[in-house]
Amino acid sequence: MQALAELKEQIRQALPDLDVVIGWQQGFDALHTRPLFIRSEEDIDKLVVNEFCVVNPASYLRELRGGKKVGLVLKGCDSRSVIELLQEDLLKEEDLTIFGFGCNGILNHTKLQARFGELGFIQSIENDGANVTVVVGDNKETVPFTELCADKCLTCVYPNTLQCSHFVGEESTKKPESEKNKALEEFEKLSLEERFAFWQDQMRRCIRCYACRNACPMCVCKDHCIANSREPKWLSEEVDVQNNFMFQLIHVMHLTGRCVECGECERACPMDIPIMLLRRKMAGVIRDVFAYNAGTNAEDTPPLMCFKVEEPTIEERH
Amino acid sequence: MSGSSGLLAEGQDLRIVGFLCNWCSYGGADTAGVARFEQPTDLRVIRVPCSGRIDPLFIARALMSGADGVLVSGCHPRDCHYAEGNFYARRRFEMLKQFLSVTGIDPERFHYTWVSASEGQRWQDVVTSFTERIHKLGPAPKMSGGTGYDEECLKEIAAAVSCGEQCPCHKEKA
Repeated sequence: MQALAELKEQIRQALPDLDVVIGWQQGFDALHTRPLFIRSEEDIDKLVVNEFCVVNPASYLRELRGGKKVGLVLKGCDSRSVIELLQEDLLKEEDLTIFGFGCNGILNHTKLQARFGELGFIQSIENDGANVTVVVGDNKETVPFTELCADKCLTCVYPNTLQCSHFVGEESTKKPESEKNKALEEFEKLSLEERFAFWQDQMRRCIRCYACRNACPMCVCKDHCIANSREPKWLSEEVDVQNNFMFQLIHVMHLTGRCVECGECERACPMDIPIMLLRRKMAGVIRDVFAYNAGTNAEDTPPLMCFKVEEPTIEERH
Repeated sequence: MSGSSGLLAEGQDLRIVGFLCNWCSYGGADTAGVARFEQPTDLRVIRVPCSGRIDPLFIARALMSGADGVLVSGCHPRDCHYAEGNFYARRRFEMLKQFLSVTGIDPERFHYTWVSASEGQRWQDVVTSFTERIHKLGPAPKMSGGTGYDEECLKEIAAAVSCGEQCPCHKEKA
């Protein structure tokens, strides 16, 4: 991989001026990567960039605020979270060095598991972009990439890192498979009663571990989250449908017009609750009403932080 | 207690929560009261300093906690006592209104509008038509309480435990 060597070289050159560079390293097996915090020369060689780099490194930026010089290796979707944080003045552009590359989509472990059972049996996996070849025991199976990749990759329109300081390799020319998320389209065909029953059922499984919140790059007030506050007390500690659902609504409302649909919340959910349906719907509403895509331009103002006296797209309710 | 108003069919009152801005709609409701306009009695009014004070989560919380409808009313755009509170509010409410359908809560149960302090008659119309709308929809579906293990769930678990080695999860592992 030519580009990876080039990327490492770029990081090597930039490292003296940076406190840390966040990327990915090989995890416990071929299918997993884990975040890598590069602080010294020898850490650079651990860096990997492949279709298993699912974690959004921008999620760690909150802890690194306050004048630290941070480098980040980012996919296109991850870079949107950084831009959104820049828009909100939560980060300073001069503190960031972003290493970009063209991404061809990432794989979804939940889908892999659903398709091949326990992932421990998988010996090797190869991805040529269109198909994924998996070796399990003596069987070799080839599955189209679109069946195993993360949902966000099917509708991705930003495969290349946005507003980055360094870019390696060739730009990705990946086109979205469809304009709208299929799961959400299917879901919206259901009646209101069915949707209500669906969420009742899903929220019953939620254990309120707050993994969705903690994985979210946009949840910048985690330490003072109203879900945990006692004054005012928004939620009880009880794990029941009403509180769980209310927590999801808190998360969605606080991300209105800020959510970049990186899918970290759903990926982090230990119960695999399809909470991205809610986030995608809200992002869709923002797109419909304000023609705004979160985290695509650092000069924009998020739509709920500004207003127009005459709203052309909102029906007047006199 | 049934509503004593002649405007609605006799029946159980529903719970409608109203968030009214102190400067216009609360005054408007007061004007309607002073003028003795008959109003349905389902509405419980909460006075807020400005419609811009209303976090959409107030509305979500009310709907989650068993309100059958939520009515929000503030000053007309351009007339905000604090100059721009309701401009921000308008964007937030519109987002919430369009989002609600995905949760399975009927967006019709939430309505936001603008009523000024002198519009007593208009206030009566707003409350009456909204209350009628909620009565047509009937009581809101209730959140099933419990901690994730309702009786059905517990029965399933008990059944699985009683089959011991024969239960499907053991078979898969074998």
